[in-house]
Amino acid sequence: MSAVLALLACAAGLLGLGVVGVVGGRGRVGAAVVYLGSATVCALAAVSAIGVLLGGEPVSEVVLPIGLPWLGAHFRIDALSALFVVLVDVGGAAAAVYGLGHGRHEGHPRRVLPFFPAFLAAMHLVLLADDAFTFLFCWELMSLVSWALVMAHHQQGDNTRAGYVYLLMAGFGTLALLLALALLAGSEGGYAFADMRAVEPAPHVAALVVVLVLVGAGSKAGLLPLHVWLPLAHPAAPSHVSALMSGVMTKVAVYGFVRIVLDLLATPPWWAGLAVLLLGAVTAVVGVLHALMERDIKRMLAYSTIENVGIVFVGVGLALAFDAHGMGAAAALALTAALLHAANHSWFKSLLFLGAGAVLVATGERDMDAQGGLIHRMPVTAFTFLVGCAAISALPPLNGFASEWLLFQAVLQSPQIEQWGLRILVPGVGGLLALAAALAAACFVRAFGVVFLGRPRTPAAMRAAEVDRASLAAMVALVVLCVLAGIVPGVLIDALAPVTSALLDARLPTQAALGWLTVVPIAEGRSSYNGLLVFVFIAVSAWLTVRVVHRLASDRLRRGPAWDCGFPDASPLTQYASGSFAQPIRRVFGTTVFAARETVEMPPPGDGRAARHRVTLLDPAWRWIYDPITAAVAGASLRLNAMQFLTIRRYLGMVFLALVGLLLVIAIWR
Amino acid sequence: MGTLEFDVAHLLAGGLVLVSFVMLYQDRLYALLNVFALHSVVLSVSVGWQAFVQDAPHLYLTALIALVFKAIVIPVALHRIIQRLGIHREIETVVGVGATMLVGMGLVALSMVVMLRVTADADPLAREDLAFALSIVLLGLLVMVTRRNAVSQVVGFMSLENGLVLAATGAKGMPLVVEISVAFSILIAFIVIGIFLFRIRERFDTVDIGALDVFRGERR
Repeated sequence: MSAVLALLACAAGLLGLGVVGVVGGRGRVGAAVVYLGSATVCALAAVSAIGVLLGGEPVSEVVLPIGLPWLGAHFRIDALSALFVVLVDVGGAAAAVYGLGHGRHEGHPRRVLPFFPAFLAAMHLVLLADDAFTFLFCWELMSLVSWALVMAHHQQGDNTRAGYVYLLMAGFGTLALLLALALLAGSEGGYAFADMRAVEPAPHVAALVVVLVLVGAGSKAGLLPLHVWLPLAHPAAPSHVSALMSGVMTKVAVYGFVRIVLDLLATPPWWAGLAVLLLGAVTAVVGVLHALMERDIKRMLAYSTIENVGIVFVGVGLALAFDAHGMGAAAALALTAALLHAANHSWFKSLLFLGAGAVLVATGERDMDAQGGLIHRMPVTAFTFLVGCAAISALPPLNGFASEWLLFQAVLQSPQIEQWGLRILVPGVGGLLALAAALAAACFVRAFGVVFLGRPRTPAAMRAAEVDRASLAAMVALVVLCVLAGIVPGVLIDALAPVTSALLDARLPTQAALGWLTVVPIAEGRSSYNGLLVFVFIAVSAWLTVRVVHRLASDRLRRGPAWDCGFPDASPLTQYASGSFAQPIRRVFGTTVFAARETVEMPPPGDGRAARHRVTLLDPAWRWIYDPITAAVAGASLRLNAMQFLTIRRYLGMVFLALVGLLLVIAIWR
Repeated sequence: MGTLEFDVAHLLAGGLVLVSFVMLYQDRLYALLNVFALHSVVLSVSVGWQAFVQDAPHLYLTALIALVFKAIVIPVALHRIIQRLGIHREIETVVGVGATMLVGMGLVALSMVVMLRVTADADPLAREDLAFALSIVLLGLLVMVTRRNAVSQVVGFMSLENGLVLAATGAKGMPLVVEISVAFSILIAFIVIGIFLFRIRERFDTVDIGALDVFRGERR
């Protein structure tokens, strides 16, 4: 059986599990069947896809007689699809295993169980689709099913609004993709991707396609300023679904962009790389700044997803720019870095969301300032979360460092671009990336410190207990993946080579040929990185330090008073909290980006009330784009409301005038 | 196709447009109904001629349907409705007759310009037919828009439909099923509208649709 058929069978199996979720979602057995089944199917699909990616298996395709008449449903798997199928499956399997334990805390499991496997199936189908109709159908299916998952807890807080905004933005994005694919299909109606690859669209059509795909895929991935739904919708879903949406679905969006712009569009316009590069850089910085301002741990993670999507798009933009100037090797380097970062992000972001879900289960609170000291009560969760934080902060020897380092290597290739505008701009983008990376480190130091260190701030945090074994197993598995990917990135880089050689006709030098698992992106003389050496160095030096310290000092555990700011017996509220930790950064960046204002209300003397310190932040995207749009729509609908109560004759007259007007248009313009 | 066949078809289609114009300036209900019956007779002759020219026997059936239902059944039924309702027989027009006629001429010119230009490489007979059919549709709409009385709006709608039938028969190879279904849908629309007329009368003692607007609390 060819790989594409095997994967389609897996998708069908997942859809079948969705039916099981409808029928048997009430009991524990049904839930176990759905989650275990999803994990098994994902594992099988991952094996099949890895076979395609590593085995150099030829591209396999199949046309099923469903969908549009005379077109059928085309499915195809190549290296690019296979890579993203692996990402979906790894994230899906981890989320499913986690769901096995986490799902028990779900109040209404039947709102989650049918949609969870269906969501995975839809993402598989998007990656396999090989014609415009199937692609858009599966894309929309993915959006709708994930919307249902976002609405699972619709009674809580703002979740219905989150679902509404998500539905609106998803529909808008699909509309943009629909137009882009229609432009590519042309008037002949070549809806199969193979037909689109064969024709070379006119320059203005190509430009329009790039803009539309940037809007369509960008809104799903969370590019600025189309990101507004993401920090609302991702945290609203149950935690293992949040992990899927943030870790995996944004990658499917990246796949959509790469597939259309780098594969279907033969020659993207020269400025495409520039636009993607700038958007990505701004997204990265603004996303991480948002994350730093956020108190809600899941929303903080969602904003951090926006940052990482920005980083991935910087890589894709660099690849486009290098490719447009005939620098194949550099383009391959940038694309490899982007795809590697997408993979890494899907792993550590899933890990972090699962950790946040564990915290949510243990204390019942998403607010970081309601936690504290959880490392004593949840040691395993704390350790896995710490690894995730270190990975996302790009600390060696973890995987985040490997991909971001590779991306900076690509940025350093910019002096060789002929066009001097780009030559100046790309280092600027590199600066923004460095800023984003530093801010991300601050952001995750804050997250880990406030949630897991210090003393508990609430009774709930004091009573917290470690979560169940299934959840822990999923998190530990992702930790192992993050560490392994950080130590031996060369294996992953080699696995990406078929993708870059298919898309750009260029690839990085084979890393497996080098000794000692070293990574050399361009030439040995320029730069190299060895994750294993760094890991061994860190391990050995840490071990030595511990030995020396224990040798010189007593090895007994002692508990003494914490540094108490001069207040003996201080309340836990005097600790650093998320807001106070972020205050310096808020003062430096927030005042310009978010119009951050701090006000202190001091009650007059004699008044017993507490003083209040209030921070107001305005999201620039809402303020400058979405609020004016909603105001305009509301105003227009208020005016058009009068049209609802006209006389029959007036309505007829309007129909008549519209008809005559259209005929006039034909008469004049034809 | 001989020039005689073309000329006769052209004449009949043009005759339909002319009768539509006649319909535009009627200010009595009975006269309007008679003109509509004439309109339908001309249509059925035109369709019959098309059947003869195109050698398509099923078009004779269409012509027969048009003759029986539109030229006889519907006008007679509307006559009886008017008698039973005791409707005031003068039609209040919204715009003056002269202005309406001028607008109608403009519409015919517009449909000629549009259709002749769009169908540049079609069969000449179909081209002329389509152009005339579009004018008849637009004139029917104009009748509906410029009258206040519900019965005259029904008549405007029926004449609009006559234009559609003309267009359908002018194009060769239109299946019979389509024509019959159109004819039946028109009949059903007529029944529904007839029932509505009675209901409106029962409630408001008039079929002037202005009364509906007053009922909904609106200014005219």
